[in-house]
Amino acid sequence: MNEQFARRVVVITNEQGLHARPAQLLARLALQFDSIIDLVRDSQRVDAKSILHMLTLGADQGTKLIIEAKGPDAEEALDALVRLVESEFAADETIGQEKSG
Amino acid sequence: MKFVDFVSREAIRTNIEADNKEQVIRSMSSALLEAGKISEDQHESIVEAILKREELGSTGIGRGVAVPHTKHPSVKELVGTVAVSESGVDFDSLDGEKVHLLFMLVSPPDRPGDHLRALENISRQLRDETFCRFLKQSKEPADVWQLLEEADNNQFV
Repeated sequence: MNEQFARRVVVITNEQGLHARPAQLLARLALQFDSIIDLVRDSQRVDAKSILHMLTLGADQGTKLIIEAKGPDAEEALDALVRLVESEFAADETIGQEKSG
Repeated sequence: MKFVDFVSREAIRTNIEADNKEQVIRSMSSALLEAGKISEDQHESIVEAILKREELGSTGIGRGVAVPHTKHPSVKELVGTVAVSESGVDFDSLDGEKVHLLFMLVSPPDRPGDHLRALENISRQLRDETFCRFLKQSKEPADVWQLLEEADNNQFV
């Protein structure tokens, strides 16, 4: 077994924070990987494959989160997830119906 | 943020008769209208905004729960309500489960923080399986309200 462990720090930079849509995008992406993936905010640790659990973080703009992955595709999973967060959940913001107008 | 801070007691509905997403969303927004939380002339616009949001991706967050929502300039503060469907509604949730419990949120566009705090509270409380199950089993709006008050008083977590 090629078991990897990976850990990265990200900052939620989009204005709306980690609301339902970003959480859904993250969960959908995380589910594509076999690794166990957690999001950690201070002492809270949640499953990145569960929208419900990620929403409990209440992560608003500026929140620092740690993403941890353990499993055969941990590195690949983190690369993809970090890219999504750093793009400010690109799909979310470009469609942008949630933006105030 | 507590449930009683954003859930309109008069707009809670149980035994909701709806077979699909649009019906249940219409039914819940009508309940908000009847409770005086949204205005008649904005009703359709709010329904359409919520449906449009669903097109971006289901707000079914798992465990038989959905949080249909939108921002809307016609509300001055976050308003919300709860509905319980015994038979369940197909909501295209990520986990494929039918939705039995819905929290609808309509928030002012300039208050993303309030919306996030409400989602945080809902999801945090619903992690407790007992609370979640009791809510889904509620037969009367008064039962739902009592459970929400108990959750606010930290009786579940």
